[in-house]
Amino acid sequence: MPPATGPKSGDALFASVDRVNAELFTLTYGAIVRQLLTDLEEVEEVNKQLDQMGYNIGTRLVDEFLAKSNVSRCVDFKETADVIAKLGFKMFLGVTATVTNWDAEGTSCSFVLEDNPLVDFVELPDTCQGLQYCNVLSGVIRGALEMVSMKTEVTWVRDMLRGDDAYEMRVKLTKQVPEEYPYKDDD
Amino acid sequence: MGREVAESCVDGVVMEMVAAYCGRFYATKPELAARRIEAIGFQVGHQLTERYTMERPRFSDHLEAIKFICKDFWSELFKKQIDNLKTNHRGTFVLQDNRFRWLTRVSIDPSVESMDATENDSTTLGDSAAQTTSMLLYFPCGIIRGALTNLGISCSVTADMSNLPACSFVVRIKT
Repeated sequence: MPPATGPKSGDALFASVDRVNAELFTLTYGAIVRQLLTDLEEVEEVNKQLDQMGYNIGTRLVDEFLAKSNVSRCVDFKETADVIAKLGFKMFLGVTATVTNWDAEGTSCSFVLEDNPLVDFVELPDTCQGLQYCNVLSGVIRGALEMVSMKTEVTWVRDMLRGDDAYEMRVKLTKQVPEEYPYKDDD
Repeated sequence: MGREVAESCVDGVVMEMVAAYCGRFYATKPELAARRIEAIGFQVGHQLTERYTMERPRFSDHLEAIKFICKDFWSELFKKQIDNLKTNHRGTFVLQDNRFRWLTRVSIDPSVESMDATENDSTTLGDSAAQTTSMLLYFPCGIIRGALTNLGISCSVTADMSNLPACSFVVRIKT
């Protein structure tokens, strides 16, 4: 066991959670996307629903993350982004992201994923060119951050399914809702 | 062991898929929502068996295929085997999992406990929780049907959750 105070390492964190065969996850998500494309017809609507599903998942995953990771309050958005990239992605997907392309104000940055379990075995047919296949991930980030008082806009700028060399999502902090008092700080 | 992800990822997408179909898309048509959820499971089961049986000889009979589902297939998905298999030897098989993973992690506990409470509100809550759970079960039913179909067995699959968290899947082979 690591000391009760400091945050766990990404590897230790991933090792500490219940895990399943990634194929089940990847194929399940793929089957959902396929069914949504059939039922909703409009690709834009599918993108929206995937984002919404991700948002809902994110609002729950953040609790699990905070409960298991021992991270303490982040001082700023930069630290938050680092924690997500190194610990958040690792804990759930088993991979880490890189944080890059900060703007001068420190309010927007990119998460770059070179390895993304969500898209193993996935190829997009020409008929779904407008599909944002990984929208569930951006939704998760948005949902999770909103639960810790940060309103964000998350968009995809690079997508390997569309021929780019990596996955890159742009996260822009639009509003930081002040913490409501009284809150109880975990020691 | 191949690549892994946190179990919460699978739970998350499955729960959200069920919520989306039952709530946002087909709120007034539960039978349609059920069919879609089953169809998603079917595809998953179909593709997974494709991968898990690649290096296996063909199954000689129905029982062999069902045993594969109970042992290898279930272990890949849930890290445990089916606990009990029964058959009437006339094409019906009952696969019982004493602690079905997807039911132990669904957060419906308070309402399930209140199922036999007399209070009106909680009974309604219990009913809707039971409804959500039965909707959720169309997914593994679809997975089993998809898996067996891929092994050349056409069948129907239903679930019985009268003894939570145990769950029985009833496979009826079509002749």
